[in-house]
Amino acid sequence: MATQQTSAAARVLVAPSVILLFLWMIVPLAMTLYFSSLRYSLLDAENIGFVGFQNYAAFLSDPDFLSALVNTLVLVGSVLVISVGGGILVALLMDQPVFGQNALRLMVIAPFFVMPTVSALVWKNLLMNPDSGLFAWIARSLGMEPVVWFTNHPMMSVVIVVSWEWLPFASLILLTALQSLDEEQKEAAQLDGAGALPYFFYIVLPHIARAITVVILIETIFLLSVFAEIYVTTGGGPGVATTNIPFLVYKEALLNFDVGAASAGGIVAVILANIVAIFLMRIVGRNLEG
Amino acid sequence: MGSIQLKSVRKAFGGVSVINGVDLDIKNGEFAVFVGPSGCGKSTLLRLIAGLEDVTSGEVLIDGKAVTDVGPAQRGLAMVFQSYALYPHMSVRNNIAFALKMAGEKTDVIERKVAKAAATLNLTDYLDRKPRQLSGGQRQRVAIGRAIVREPKAFLFDEPLSNLDASLRVQMRVEIGELHNDLKTTMIYVTHDQVEAMTMADKIVVLDKGSVAQVGTPLELYNRPNGLFVAGFIGSPKMNFIKGPSSERRGAAILGIRPEHVAVSTTAGEWPATVRLAEHLGSDTFVHAEGDGIGPLTLRLEGEAPLKPDQRIFVTPREANIHKFDTNGRRID
Ligand SMILES: Nc1ncnc2c1ncn2[C@@H]1O[C@H](COP(=O)(O)OP(=O)(O)O)[C@@H](O)[C@H]1O
Ligand SMILES: [Mg+2]
Repeated sequence: MATQQTSAAARVLVAPSVILLFLWMIVPLAMTLYFSSLRYSLLDAENIGFVGFQNYAAFLSDPDFLSALVNTLVLVGSVLVISVGGGILVALLMDQPVFGQNALRLMVIAPFFVMPTVSALVWKNLLMNPDSGLFAWIARSLGMEPVVWFTNHPMMSVVIVVSWEWLPFASLILLTALQSLDEEQKEAAQLDGAGALPYFFYIVLPHIARAITVVILIETIFLLSVFAEIYVTTGGGPGVATTNIPFLVYKEALLNFDVGAASAGGIVAVILANIVAIFLMRIVGRNLEG
Repeated sequence: MGSIQLKSVRKAFGGVSVINGVDLDIKNGEFAVFVGPSGCGKSTLLRLIAGLEDVTSGEVLIDGKAVTDVGPAQRGLAMVFQSYALYPHMSVRNNIAFALKMAGEKTDVIERKVAKAAATLNLTDYLDRKPRQLSGGQRQRVAIGRAIVREPKAFLFDEPLSNLDASLRVQMRVEIGELHNDLKTTMIYVTHDQVEAMTMADKIVVLDKGSVAQVGTPLELYNRPNGLFVAGFIGSPKMNFIKGPSSERRGAAILGIRPEHVAVSTTAGEWPATVRLAEHLGSDTFVHAEGDGIGPLTLRLEGEAPLKPDQRIFVTPREANIHKFDTNGRRID
């Protein structure tokens, strides 16, 4: 236990980093809050003034906002389901002793190291391109009409790209959890006559529940702010079919040059992220206890 | 019913032979203990019987039927692991009920059996707790309860008491013994502790480097060890081994005498020695001495022996209790 002197010294010593981090967070937040209360369009930069909550009212009543909200939730939800579900399967497979296990693991993890922009470009131009993409080639060789992914199934396409990026992360974390399952417990279950499915549901799933929770929480934080993949592939379209909240904020700020509205949108996004976080903690957070 | 036979069972892990042809016959209702130093293959042998490992060659027979192709769950044996291997996220009740649930038993049957096992093991008040909320001894009982409800042909225990403290170990030893008296089911019990083996077993199987060194009742092994290994392993403190003129005079390469089978005098005797240390236990005194020309001797004297370090003593073995061994370490009669 720390004495009073040492804890006082500790406080002094950590103070610089705490203060720096605090400023790092609080200054942009304060400035965003400030800008969100201004009429501040870069197209009309002479005419800046205080407007109160008008920017918020405008952003929230924008018909695009509601669809962006829905899009955000659909994107986050779908990717979570796919990456966690797929991650469990991949982890179970990787946990089997096979030849070239290490090389296999490295390959499975590889997508995680690819930048979102690059992986989106790869998917857009090499795989899903309706003229020159691999999928189109496969479809044509099977005598089928190629799917025009980003035009006809825009949200599904974005979900696929983002899931591909996050599947390795989920697999890796869940594999680690699987490997920590006690060998004698496996054998006890075997002796107790648990077949593959009961073994999975009664022994494995409860054991990795905590890891699943961690994956869900971490992924959610990042998935709420997916941007590069949408920017590179669909540009938020067609229409607003793949515009999520971050992309809507971007459109306000850099396409409409409306700093005030974009700031308001940013604050709304922050609040939304917190609401989602609270819900998530409610639903899955109790897995983290004990 | 639960007789278990092993016929020239061998097991190798990647070319390294761990069990070198074991033949064994365990009768229905017997309490058999596998004992041997760490790494001699006790656990492996138990796991071969349980079906958790496949034999490299040879056969395991349960009730006279070869079970080589029978899975562990179908062999009808229950195992208690060293780490207990309880399911941490299940309550005690569900831990005990798990095997029955997997076997598709009806809910009311399961409930009745779990209640009965819990009553036998004094676990009734803890049925709704999680394993981590239990003490070591209670976890041990849950592990046993999980085995009991399956009404197995035989129980397999792998060093079940090694994670408990000394007093609890004695208590659980008694409880397992009583359980055997009640159930009269075959039990195979693995331990490296020869005291556990001596106190619990009907039949002791001493293992040495993957082979059976000797099989017998505790007293048979104590009174007539068939070689140096068993002689040195069974009995506490260890048997003294003496080479030199006094063993040659008796026609043996090595002579063995247990610490409790000697007479000590301060005036005259066969082996003069110097006391190094005397341990007073109250009921006994363990004396560690250095015999002139024959090396260290351990002696066990009844009651309080008034011996002090550096004192000169004379040790005489009791002729009837002398064990003789030849140059290969085998017993001579
Ligand atoms: N799965 C395994 N793979 C390789 N070697 C093993 C395995 N299990 C046990 N062994 C080896 O077999 C020998 C006997 O092990 P074990 O039966 O656990 O000994 P004990 O239980 O008597 O201490 C040891 O040398 C151990 O290293
Ligand atoms: Mg062992």
